[in-house]
Amino acid sequence: MEYLKEIAWLIGGPQGSGVDSSASTFAKALASGGYHIFGGREYHSNIKGEHSYYQIRASDKEVRSSVNQVHMLATFEEETLHIHKGYVIPGGAILFDPTLVKETDIGRKDVVLVAVPYMELIKQIATEFGKEKDVQKLAVMKNVLSVAASLALLEYPFDLIAKTVESFFKTKKPKLVQMNVRGAEIAYNYVRENYAKSPFPYRLKPIPVPAGEKRTFLTGTQAAALGKIIAGCRFQTYYPITPASDESEFLESHPEFGCVVVQCEDEISSICMAVGAAVTGVRASTATSGPGFCLMVEGMGWAGINEVPVVIFDYQRAGPSTGLPTRFEQGDLKFALNAGHGDFPRIIMAPGDMDEYFFDAIDAFNYAERYQLPVIVLNDKNLANSTKTVRWFDYSGAKVDRGFLLSDEALAKYIKSNGNGNGNFKRFHFEENGMSPRPVPGQVGGVFWNTGDEHDEYGHITEDPDLRLRMMDKRMKKLETASKEIPLDKKIKTYGPKDADCLVVTWGSTKGAILDAMEDLEKEGIKVRLLQICLINPFPTPEVMKELSQAKIKVGAEMNYSGHLCGVIRENTGIAMDSMILKYTGRPMKKDEMVDALRNIVKKAEKKVVLTHGA
Amino acid sequence: MALEVKELKTDFHNDWCVGCGDFGILNAIHMALAGLGKQRHEIAMFSGIGCSGKTPHWINTYGFHTLHGRGLPFAIGAKLANPELTVVCVGGDGDGYGIGAAHFLNSGRRNVDITYIVFDNGVYGLTKGQASPTLHRGEKPKSLPLPNINDNNNPLAVALCSGYTFIARGYSYDVKHLKDLILRGINHKGFALIDVLQPCPTYNNLQTKEWFEGIVEDEETGARVKGNPRVYKLEESGYDPVVKNPANLEEVEHKMSQAFLKTQEWGDRIPIGVLYQIDQPDYGARIAQRMPSYAKVSPAKMPFYDLATGKTTTDITPLLKDFQVV
Repeated sequence: MEYLKEIAWLIGGPQGSGVDSSASTFAKALASGGYHIFGGREYHSNIKGEHSYYQIRASDKEVRSSVNQVHMLATFEEETLHIHKGYVIPGGAILFDPTLVKETDIGRKDVVLVAVPYMELIKQIATEFGKEKDVQKLAVMKNVLSVAASLALLEYPFDLIAKTVESFFKTKKPKLVQMNVRGAEIAYNYVRENYAKSPFPYRLKPIPVPAGEKRTFLTGTQAAALGKIIAGCRFQTYYPITPASDESEFLESHPEFGCVVVQCEDEISSICMAVGAAVTGVRASTATSGPGFCLMVEGMGWAGINEVPVVIFDYQRAGPSTGLPTRFEQGDLKFALNAGHGDFPRIIMAPGDMDEYFFDAIDAFNYAERYQLPVIVLNDKNLANSTKTVRWFDYSGAKVDRGFLLSDEALAKYIKSNGNGNGNFKRFHFEENGMSPRPVPGQVGGVFWNTGDEHDEYGHITEDPDLRLRMMDKRMKKLETASKEIPLDKKIKTYGPKDADCLVVTWGSTKGAILDAMEDLEKEGIKVRLLQICLINPFPTPEVMKELSQAKIKVGAEMNYSGHLCGVIRENTGIAMDSMILKYTGRPMKKDEMVDALRNIVKKAEKKVVLTHGA
Repeated sequence: MALEVKELKTDFHNDWCVGCGDFGILNAIHMALAGLGKQRHEIAMFSGIGCSGKTPHWINTYGFHTLHGRGLPFAIGAKLANPELTVVCVGGDGDGYGIGAAHFLNSGRRNVDITYIVFDNGVYGLTKGQASPTLHRGEKPKSLPLPNINDNNNPLAVALCSGYTFIARGYSYDVKHLKDLILRGINHKGFALIDVLQPCPTYNNLQTKEWFEGIVEDEETGARVKGNPRVYKLEESGYDPVVKNPANLEEVEHKMSQAFLKTQEWGDRIPIGVLYQIDQPDYGARIAQRMPSYAKVSPAKMPFYDLATGKTTTDITPLLKDFQVV
């Protein structure tokens, strides 16, 4: 018998059968027992019926990615069993429904097979609650039963399971709560009684949480939405798209913060409406995914030439076109950099974990307003739909920077000292740093114009070559200013020792698998350093060059076919990566395949490794 | 103090063609805005792309010359973010009924309190006269190499079945009538569509000023004389477009039916004036219903941080508690 410090558990089933809620129940039961959690969710573009699965990793230290092999597999139908049975470690356990599959047909003699007669147990519950007629309706309880059965095998205390089930159903009818708790208890006791003497060696028990540490358990879209609320985003537009809609729906479900959420007729409308709102002074944003971002390009260019602060969250998914609509790719980096005809300044950020999803949202609005330009935040499906335990967001230090936005008083004062001869305002007044004072409609003395055409200082159309030159220079100058002002820790982050055997360069959520792999590799004696590029544009060229010049082996790791970031680094620094780790199956990089890839690069000098793990 | 028309003009160079119907619309907008009782800074003009798109540059209020077909979403965003603004959007027929058709259609579902004036002349003027969505099939203005192969759409009929609450048509050479329509549209609490028949003297030699007004050449003398004008005013024909009781479905059905018949008139008799008007909750009222704070303070003015320290004043502790596990 062995008490585990870390466990991986997987549950699967047809979409719409409650796989997500069971995974959340399992995860929360362990999280409330002091474990750190990472939950990775995979699903089809389908409402009901297709196979979906959810892997939960729990550990006594932080976990940030999924793994290829699990300790336990919980199933209640055949498809999940057949797809995932090969990914259970020898000595692990598989829970299955003996009425559907014969033990001998599973073909795994090296694992403990736990037969859970789901419907028999459900009938027992139905009888206890006088619901004999509703047995078929109660079949959905298989989820709760499989969670309880799994935790029974691990001898995890039942009271933590009961508490979690109760809180999960707290908004439902009291009888439903009682039934589910009782159902969990029946399944728990069934496994305890029938498998107490099984050779399954693993056990889990609650572990202490450091004094004063508070943790939340949330998804990436929730972290981002919370960040937007703190950032003061009070206008959000969207058109339904996986996986971005969750963020907007979360904002819409909390009207107490005063954020108007408009579901538009398309993404063209979404970007234009957000920009139209932004010119009035509200912090405005839109959230979408690649296909929607494609439609937003012209509107973003308008915001660029008119220097309107607007924030675009692009939750990347696998392209091109509809691609793999519910799967993950980091395929929008080069597109985000180049989207639009003509040159205009934009800031591009790439958060890589839940904390960054939250805090980058705040920075994004500050940058948008300070530099008066569109800010694109490259989120992704991986973190959008993953769940994770996160230390309580401490936003007490967060500051709002509205740049050169003029209050009524400041505008009156500005007009007094600078004059505005004809009663109109030079919205695009030439300034050394590129940023002009900004009034908003409704303010006395602030009347200005915006146009998608090149314009003069008032915003009127011009085709004058000299004005064109000066306006282009003024706008692009803002990126230089941003480069000087944005602090180093917002541009890049580094992890691991300076004298490492290799330097891995990445962006976005791929950071999770690399950080997890680094811990394992360290135990093997392989030292890895990670360079995370957080600010994609303006590109932190000197900072990146400095890191690259000190590296023994330079490795690019990202979730796309061609190595977008590697190309951008080369364009900006002239430095090519020695090796690349790429993945474009739509499934996020897993810790164990990352360990293997980095080991092979360090030991065998492999040039290109394409990862493939994940069903 | 009320604004004077001259205060609403700008000295920005106007490059519309001589004799363009757009001038009449611009004058009518100037007159309507002057009669509104608002100040320049309280008004925001929006436009799409095309000859009509330049209109805001000649109106001395906040002005936003946006993208082709996208005037409406920009205007709607501004109005919802700051409902205190008077928001007027202008555009062309290609702009609004062609490339911007999705926004035109869906604006009927929202009833945002703005006014939309469409400069409707049957052609894409700024790109040299291609057929627009309102040009009829078989027609061949001089700018087309072959007769128009597409049927026209009927924007007023589309508006009627898309939920629009104020539907009107104006004529650009009847400036006073158009001014009154625009004022009525702005004062209507909800989305007001005003389609304006606007002859393009350069590319559309079919639907000309003469055609609309029934001016013909006298066969004997060769002089231009007034025949039967095609354009007539609905209000002078005893037509009543206003739904008195929106809860009375029978009345609504009747008013919609008569309006639909009016949208079908074209050729010898072309109605102008208000075709249909109904009082329905506007989008702002609908937002306020789910978000009471919206009625008190607009998103554009909602405080969310301490002006002195820059620290956020928003507290998400209750939300974080919902997510708390330990």
